[in-house]
Amino acid sequence: MTAILKVEDVSMVFPSHEGGSVTALNHVNLDFHPEEFVVALGASGCGKTTLLNLLAGFLQPTSGRITLHGKAIAGPGADRGVVFQKHALLPWLNVIENAAFGLKLQGVRERDRLAVARENLELVGLTEFVNYPVYKLSGGMQQRVGLARALTSDPEILLMDEPLGALDAFTRENMQELILKVWKRTRKIVFFITHSVEEALFLATKLIVMSPRPGRITHSYDLGFSGQFLKESNARRIKSDTEFIKIREEVLSIIHGEEVDELEARVR
Amino acid sequence: MKLKLDPRAWFAGTSQEFQDAYGQPGTGKSTHIKFATIAAMLLAWWLVTNLDLVRPLFVPSPEMVFGKFVKISCIEHYWQSAMVAVGAAGDVAVECEGFSENPLHMHILWSLYRVFISFFLAVVTGIPIGIAMGMNRYARGIFDPPIEFYRPIPPLAYLPLTIIWFGIGESGKIILLYLACFAPLAISARAGVRSCSIEQIHAAYSMGATHNQVVRHVVLKAAMPEILTGMRIAIAFGWTTLVAAEMVAAKAGIGVMVLNAARFLATDIVFLGIIVIGLIAFVFDSLMRWLERAFVPWKGMM
Repeated sequence: MTAILKVEDVSMVFPSHEGGSVTALNHVNLDFHPEEFVVALGASGCGKTTLLNLLAGFLQPTSGRITLHGKAIAGPGADRGVVFQKHALLPWLNVIENAAFGLKLQGVRERDRLAVARENLELVGLTEFVNYPVYKLSGGMQQRVGLARALTSDPEILLMDEPLGALDAFTRENMQELILKVWKRTRKIVFFITHSVEEALFLATKLIVMSPRPGRITHSYDLGFSGQFLKESNARRIKSDTEFIKIREEVLSIIHGEEVDELEARVR
Repeated sequence: MKLKLDPRAWFAGTSQEFQDAYGQPGTGKSTHIKFATIAAMLLAWWLVTNLDLVRPLFVPSPEMVFGKFVKISCIEHYWQSAMVAVGAAGDVAVECEGFSENPLHMHILWSLYRVFISFFLAVVTGIPIGIAMGMNRYARGIFDPPIEFYRPIPPLAYLPLTIIWFGIGESGKIILLYLACFAPLAISARAGVRSCSIEQIHAAYSMGATHNQVVRHVVLKAAMPEILTGMRIAIAFGWTTLVAAEMVAAKAGIGVMVLNAARFLATDIVFLGIIVIGLIAFVFDSLMRWLERAFVPWKGMM
């Protein structure tokens, strides 16, 4: 299978406050194949958000190249939908207007864009709230609107920057299942950032573990728990599966090991 | 029934007492207390004047002020004119005296005209300039120094200049009020442009928005709450500058009415003018707050 989105030898260097420079990403390579759910996991400062911003086109790499269907990414575009940690909805629009906003920008007629938005809101389970003001929704529901909004332009790729980071544990698990169902229905390539090891293992078909200073990919896993969930719909059983726990501990020890190494290095 | 002697108990239910004790201090409703305060102030005014504790030259009684209101507003004259017009009375017995050759409503209308013309001019210039300052560093570099220089100067200080430059006619007054309204509008519009989050802008771009669409659909919409707050401050500031603007060579106006009355030691008309100015300011503010609720109900919610 050929990769649709390719990250080739990408480095990103920012000027630092002290006048030097910080290498946020160091020679990163990553391929995105059709229907892949790629999760990036790592401690703060490992460059995962920088990577997402590069994919979205909000940043340009210092060196290396990112190509979509062989063409270099030259800025943000409707072919890559983004879901943010803070939902970033527009409070002057109601739920359905927010969900239809992308099509409004493209000049789609009101009736048509509302029909598409309604479909996507149904997909995320917000049919009853279409005319609500977004600021009256709970955090989880706002994030669902954010997901529906990102789907409206029917992007090929969904980029999700810790979309569940601000939610409580119960809402978060519900949202994980919802995201998998949406992914199954829409068959999009997903790039998903998280701090939670369990969330990463549950969602990913490909898990990349990233490490800071300089930001790079240290480990990569091919996983099948999300596919298993979509077959059995039993998240609790999967998360307590011995295989799941084994990999969870392995990934945790990688991340912990790095922290310990770094602490020791600093003490010395 | 036991008589409650502690005045706090008249206003506070038990749950409010609990909140005051263990919650955030100062929560709860105060509307009834406000009405009680207003009533107490009116009562004190009435008592002080009716017991002859101060001379009417210094503090006229409420009845005197109300009498002056009836007299200079020409209510009786207009009522009788209306009766004559519908054929219910033979002729108009009471002439319209007014004050400074104008009845009260003419003074009010002149002042409202000046403030609203100036406010309107400031809105159509100040808001675009403020938005330009927020979005463009050249515009900010050009407009920031003059605005920040004149903004803290009291309008009374540059009143002489506006008279020298623009004369004693209407234009000098309107320029003065315009300057008073302009700065808060420009500054709030400039701040408003910055009030949308980078995520909102990025979200729009990632849905295929052009730069102009981001400005129109995200940046300007997000600036609305700040701009409305600026309008509220601007109209209040214009209104407080009114008396200064009408100090020189105004024939009619609520400010000039007060100033002329002071010259003749007509304290009752001074009182009346001050009350009218205060009431109109209150109406302005209520109107602007209503506009905020109607147009930016999301303000402070996200």
